[in-house]
Amino acid sequence: MKQQLVVVGNGMAGVSCVEQILKQPHDFEITIFGDETHVNYNRILLSLVLAGERSADEIILNDFDWYQSNQICTRLGVKVKGIDRVRKIVVDQNGGVTEYDKLILATGSSAFIPPIPGVEKKNVHVFRTLDDTRALLERSRPGLKTVVIGGGLLGLEAARGLQVRGCDVTVVHLMDTLMERQLDATGGAYLKRKIENLGIRVMLPKQTAALFGNGRVDGLRFASGEELEADLVVIAAGIRPNAELGCQAGLDVHRGIVVDDFMQTSDPDIFAVGECTEHRGQTFGLVAPLFEQGRVLASAITGNPGPAFVGAAPAAKLKIMGVDIFSAGSIDESEPGVETVSCEDPALGIYKKLLLKDNRLRGVILVGDIEDEHVYQEWLRSGTDLTPHRRQILFPPRDADPGREVAAMPDSETICGCNGVRKGEIVQAIHKHGIVTLQQLKEKTRASTGCGTCTGLCEKLLRAVTPDFQEDTKTTLCSCLPFSCEQLREIIRGQQLKSVEEVLNIYGNRKGCEVCKPALSYLLDMLWCGGHQEDRSARFINDRVHANIQKDGTFSVVPRMRGGVTTPDELRRIADVADKYKVPMVKVTGSQRIDLLGIKKADLPNVWADLGMPSGQAYTKGVRMVKTCVGTEFCRFGVQDSTRAGIELERRLENLFTPHKVKMGAVGCPRNCAEATVKDIGLVGQDGSWQVVVGGAAGKSVRRADLLITAETTEQALEAACLFFQHYRENANYLERTYDFVERLGIEKIRKETVYAPEEEKNKLLDRLNRSKAMAKDAWLEGARPVNPTQFVQIQPLEVPTA
Amino acid sequence: MTNEGRWIAVTNVESIPPREGRVVTLEGAEIAIFHVDSRYLAIANKCPHKGGPLGDGIVSGTTVVCPLHGRRFDLETGMAVRASEPACVATFPTRVENGIVFVNFSGIRRALDEAAA
Repeated sequence: MKQQLVVVGNGMAGVSCVEQILKQPHDFEITIFGDETHVNYNRILLSLVLAGERSADEIILNDFDWYQSNQICTRLGVKVKGIDRVRKIVVDQNGGVTEYDKLILATGSSAFIPPIPGVEKKNVHVFRTLDDTRALLERSRPGLKTVVIGGGLLGLEAARGLQVRGCDVTVVHLMDTLMERQLDATGGAYLKRKIENLGIRVMLPKQTAALFGNGRVDGLRFASGEELEADLVVIAAGIRPNAELGCQAGLDVHRGIVVDDFMQTSDPDIFAVGECTEHRGQTFGLVAPLFEQGRVLASAITGNPGPAFVGAAPAAKLKIMGVDIFSAGSIDESEPGVETVSCEDPALGIYKKLLLKDNRLRGVILVGDIEDEHVYQEWLRSGTDLTPHRRQILFPPRDADPGREVAAMPDSETICGCNGVRKGEIVQAIHKHGIVTLQQLKEKTRASTGCGTCTGLCEKLLRAVTPDFQEDTKTTLCSCLPFSCEQLREIIRGQQLKSVEEVLNIYGNRKGCEVCKPALSYLLDMLWCGGHQEDRSARFINDRVHANIQKDGTFSVVPRMRGGVTTPDELRRIADVADKYKVPMVKVTGSQRIDLLGIKKADLPNVWADLGMPSGQAYTKGVRMVKTCVGTEFCRFGVQDSTRAGIELERRLENLFTPHKVKMGAVGCPRNCAEATVKDIGLVGQDGSWQVVVGGAAGKSVRRADLLITAETTEQALEAACLFFQHYRENANYLERTYDFVERLGIEKIRKETVYAPEEEKNKLLDRLNRSKAMAKDAWLEGARPVNPTQFVQIQPLEVPTA
Repeated sequence: MTNEGRWIAVTNVESIPPREGRVVTLEGAEIAIFHVDSRYLAIANKCPHKGGPLGDGIVSGTTVVCPLHGRRFDLETGMAVRASEPACVATFPTRVENGIVFVNFSGIRRALDEAAA
């Protein structure tokens, strides 16, 4: 008969232990009790749910299918009230009795609520479970005066989440350093500045004496007598192990349920794992050691004892985008024999401190740059003698060969702390499933699906293991706004943000820079199909005055000549303009246009008016031109009317903005006189059809364009070009040319998502393109109607200075 | 010389949109005035690197990024932001009165003298 294994606790520690048990030969029938009604979710990502970066569904670790297919009897929303060790039963809240042969207590911990008068008032919350998160989400709204009591990891993450929701957040901390268990005073000061830069107020040291308000909280009173208004209070003052069940059953309990090195309690049939435990005097609040405990317990309980649990050096990482904080080991420098090595760069916001004893690493604090986190963790774990590394200890050399660093890591090293995925498991999965992209790795192993800080390491590992590594680049824009373009698109869409300022104020450092401002301007324009709130201060000068700035501060003017076709009349006007404004150089460009160089900013509106031609957009990340050959019109070899097709293509796409410039070409035969096969989009005429090619380049890179599709009619070819164009607009990273974009995604994927997509998807793409097009205007119209009176002209002083 | 010299009324506050710069020529010297939060900060409109028009730059907090080669300058001190690119531009005292931006004339004189020296 099967043995009954009962697990009390459906959280990360309990379920991950069950997962490990299932991997071993065993003879258990498993029952899991959980007092929350949810399946097992990733608790440490709750702050991302609060911030809207993840949905509740996205942090689920084990769905109902998992419980079912592993024949686990699941009792959710049922609290266990007691254990009868003599009869070997657990009694639940409904009076139900469940027998066990082996019992695992994984009851976790709860929020510690300090004994402050008034904590029972309405709108005072804790932040510990998915239900807590949902309650906070429901309460939060823009401008809500919110106070978070507790400046530790959880408090800061909660504060950021609520602030992203628009709340006006203040963090109140009892100690004079934020995260004082992980940071020293200097590190804490750096952290404080970073948090304040995000727009969160920090008050410390502040002891809260009472919460006041009539039934509902209205504010806090500090021990100093000061008061602070609050409509919402979140208490994040630490956690305490849920050890009551063990206590009541007569097990050894100090602060937590006492376990030995194999997670056994004082009753040989009862084990405990996770935050409810106390091991060699240590309790736990961070996730990595819990996975380790689960593994040890799984081996022990199935009768395959492996390595013992020897405790874990504390390691903590703050999960707030753009605020990189890592701390591990002991940061107590008062211990005899401990020496410290540190460096800081206030301008960059970087601070590093290492604590050494006998040339071995004891502890580490990293602020602002945590890239070397794994090197230090490994030194901590292995107790490596650092004598040979002393000179470079603060900047461990990064191997030119990325494989070396990961090769040096033992298989047992945890790569993804959020999900407890170890190097060995990742390597196995890569081979077993033929993984070649980071995305596949995430799907198969869950590594790097948590806070994302191990993404770089996963990528290195993937590069080292698989010969066919394929990049799915997701680089962040800049340090003002530490998100990838993909995340930004989600954020802008999800939070309905319409202006650069809004995005920067909520998700960035409120300042922005020359990198992220133009990028955000583009994303907003594209996502809202031109219906965003345009902010010219966020545009590069070229896009403020619609001309290309030159080395002397003058501008170049390129009028649009669709398909490179002009008229004697246009040429006469161009010549007249060149004379009238004494244009220093008139030049025929490589893209069949005429460039007037050396125009003063103040002359631009008049030049445009005299030209009477639309903007050629030669100054912006947008549709540049379609270069054509004479096609069937005059050429004796031409088999398609490339001139007309090119002009039409230009007409359909002109005035639109793109992630980077888009150059196009249309040729009437495969002789390719207008070089369509090295353009971002090319139409190559053949007898009876067009080849639509994409991703070509003949600039810094040279790349032959890939065939997207062969189209029988000109209209079909134009539609294919438009589909690709909009797909590129929506999916490329800012400043990613089509040749990088096509290589990154692969032409097959692009075909599937454009020309071979279901009719409905194609129509949606084209609809968004058309909506953007309907909003797009010839920028040079602003010559007559400037967006502000000083758009093109210098300020004239109100009085003339007299000597 | 102190900053007590003559204040020149330059323009209405509305002429300079938030987070943008505008250029005014005073005594042959181009001065870029930036609208940062509710303040107006003035510097010489010439990047010490290759003469780029700083008034056309993107503003990031209280720094401006030269549109030509991306050099960054603090609008309050005129100092280059990156230590690796040491340089500075002249700054000019400003004040706002009744919606009019004033720039201090003696400051301009001094900067011109320095440039001539």
